[in-house]
Amino acid sequence: MLKRLTLAAMLGLGVATGALAAGERHGGTLVFTAPYGSSFATLDVQASPNTQEEFITQAIHRALYSWDSIQNKPVLELASSEEVSEDGTVHTYRLRDNAVFHNGKPLTADDIIYSYKRIANPKNAFPGASYIAVIKGADEFIAGKAEEISGLKKIDDHTLEITYTGPINPGFPLMQNTTVIYPSNVEDESSFAKTPVGLGAFVFKEHVPGSQVVVEKFDKYYEEGKPYLDRINIVLMAEDAARDVAFRNKEIDVSILGPTQYQAYQGEDALKDHLLEVAEVYTRNIGFNPAFEPFKDKRVRQAINHAINAPLIIERLVKNKAYPASGWLPLSSPAFDKDKAPYAFDPEKAKALLAEAGYADGFEFEVTASPNESWGVPIVEAILPMLKKVGITVKPKPVESSALGDAVTSNNFQAFIWSNLSGPDPLNALRCFYSKTAQSACNYASYSSPDFDKLYEAAQQERDPAKQGDLLRQANNIVQDDAPVWFFNYNKAVMAYQPWIHGLVPNATELAVQPYDEIWIDDTAPDARK
Amino acid sequence: MLRFTLRRILQVVPTIVVVALLIFVIFSVVPGTFAASLFADGKRAADPQMIARLNEEFGLNKPLMERFVTYVTDLAQFDLGTSFRTRQPVIDLIGDRMGASLQLAVAAMVFAIVVGVPLGFLAALRPGSILDTVTMIGAVSGLSMPQFWLGLLMMYLFALQLNWLPSFGYGDGSLQNLILPAVTLGVTPLALLARTTRAGVLDVLNADFIRTAHSKGMSEAKVVRWHVARNALVLIVTTVGLQFGSLIGQAVVIEKLFAWPGIGSLLVDSVAIRDIPVVQGTILVIVLWFLIINTAVDLVYAAIDPRIKQE
Repeated sequence: MLKRLTLAAMLGLGVATGALAAGERHGGTLVFTAPYGSSFATLDVQASPNTQEEFITQAIHRALYSWDSIQNKPVLELASSEEVSEDGTVHTYRLRDNAVFHNGKPLTADDIIYSYKRIANPKNAFPGASYIAVIKGADEFIAGKAEEISGLKKIDDHTLEITYTGPINPGFPLMQNTTVIYPSNVEDESSFAKTPVGLGAFVFKEHVPGSQVVVEKFDKYYEEGKPYLDRINIVLMAEDAARDVAFRNKEIDVSILGPTQYQAYQGEDALKDHLLEVAEVYTRNIGFNPAFEPFKDKRVRQAINHAINAPLIIERLVKNKAYPASGWLPLSSPAFDKDKAPYAFDPEKAKALLAEAGYADGFEFEVTASPNESWGVPIVEAILPMLKKVGITVKPKPVESSALGDAVTSNNFQAFIWSNLSGPDPLNALRCFYSKTAQSACNYASYSSPDFDKLYEAAQQERDPAKQGDLLRQANNIVQDDAPVWFFNYNKAVMAYQPWIHGLVPNATELAVQPYDEIWIDDTAPDARK
Repeated sequence: MLRFTLRRILQVVPTIVVVALLIFVIFSVVPGTFAASLFADGKRAADPQMIARLNEEFGLNKPLMERFVTYVTDLAQFDLGTSFRTRQPVIDLIGDRMGASLQLAVAAMVFAIVVGVPLGFLAALRPGSILDTVTMIGAVSGLSMPQFWLGLLMMYLFALQLNWLPSFGYGDGSLQNLILPAVTLGVTPLALLARTTRAGVLDVLNADFIRTAHSKGMSEAKVVRWHVARNALVLIVTTVGLQFGSLIGQAVVIEKLFAWPGIGSLLVDSVAIRDIPVVQGTILVIVLWFLIINTAVDLVYAAIDPRIKQE
């Protein structure tokens, strides 16, 4: 089954790369929808961790690294080369010498140092500070105990040396939209919130608060021949139904689909051939709190995994817009174990495990859940009769999504259902099961296993990617066996696109985040768009 | 008249104070915080240090009473605070959106008045006629149809099927983009106005002084113009005022559906992420808007009917 799913994901990738074939055409306007939230909080993207701000970031800004969706890994973006010291902690970057900010300032090492200091400035309380914390001395700077970040050293205008706290891959933290590079010559930093200046392929043109951001081609962009498009209207459309009408009416070029629309689009000839699918790096799960007596016993947690028919829920409720989970690390993770099977649906085994654990008569627990259709109350209602059959009574505890975040991070739950980031960096994803990670950080199920910790610590120190992958795979399998959560599914993100759009990629980190400088539109586009 | 006007204006102040207090209390007890909302979609791991830094920056770690005093003191100086999310003054965020909201509300109200009042009038002048029946069936349908559903139908018909109008967005602020959301928002007040006008006109038509006017040989046209219209006006003005006042609040759903950049969508977004200063500020502005319109309506009909200010 999993092999088939992996194949499907690869095929999806093939379709998208096929769209990158020759014949690129310059010009035209892309109308891109931002389906999350419904307003851009601020145009100062260093200050905002929201997904909708990533859509602006991709157009206007660049970070030291970027995500390559085809290779499925971070790659150098603002540097042309990188030398790494023997112990893996000191990286020397040769910066691009043709990168220019939209205000005309050429990129230098000073801009990177300035940007990282701004992000880590404790007075700003910016979300990217935790990513900068991988740089040596950043913690002291964030705590207000140092004037400089000691790990940042300018060699010359185009050479920068960064010392990290360990032999990590800095690509993952330093490709984030909250760690983009700003020009250091702007006097009033507050102007970034209204008139952003970046190094990206498009220049900020207009923002209608609550409606759209318009960007236009930047003539001095460092990638020769790019971007192809003249203009992008990044439009906010939170409502699925409205997005559906606008997409069918050809007013927008791409639309992220929910389960119901996914099923409908698959059944329509005009739409089904232009769907881009990818297994995103999120794992939907029910986390069990070991402070609640029955969940202390591993057999109870395993029994719940056996008692629920996850494939049936995925088929009927989620309309196949998901892949069954076989562990924490998802299909697109480099450390995914394709040989590991998901927990089999086996109510009899579940009953036996419960009896062994002393819960032959079952017990009752509540699941804190948001209204989300794919990982909220509707899913809890679906598992209710399944668990009832093995004697467990489940009670949904509906809360709004920000209250869910509050309840989980403050350990105020018996169980919760959530969709959590589980990639693309497997080392970072498994940090959430490391016993030294605080419950309020991301060890939400308060997981603690000496065997896991040993493997995880070894993986932290391992510099050979293949060996590190092996260690993480083993660690992931320990988590699967211990079942601190019910493993539900990995999200299958689906994007419908108009037939004249080319250059979209299956971005496993977030499908809606696309490399705008690669996108082009062909002659079949409506006249208003060409 | 001056005393009446001043009294009405002064009544706004305690209402605003009570509303401000209520909003503060409600948003102090509902679960969920701005910092937690940053991780609510599960797309990044929670960061306890960042949560602590944000709570400190926004003063959320201070006792409730202290926060309340700060809130009221700022409010007394017309300071609505700073948005947690954008770190911009709330008044600026509202100012950015107010124009679009007013545009939508005025367009919806104009549509409702221009279509609803004449329809109600004509229906009342010919009670039991086909026009009357159709108008009243239409009015009941208009009142009972959920706006969200109606908006989708409008999009489907006028954008997708007929291809006459854009289905969403503010565009460049042109009339084309305004029509669908304004008509959708205007249907409820239109239906209400048609019904109210019909009832008001019928009431006047059955009054003794109309019979007297007829018996004195006054023409039908003159009776309608001089007596019926003038007397029905008080009821119509009241309905228009009440509807106009509440339109900005009602526009929340429409603005979300049509991706219209008004304060309604600002409010919904801010509630979801617990950007409390913006929520408080936006609600206060909506309430203030309602109170101002109502006061204006009171003053207008006090001018139309001098008996009112005596009461």
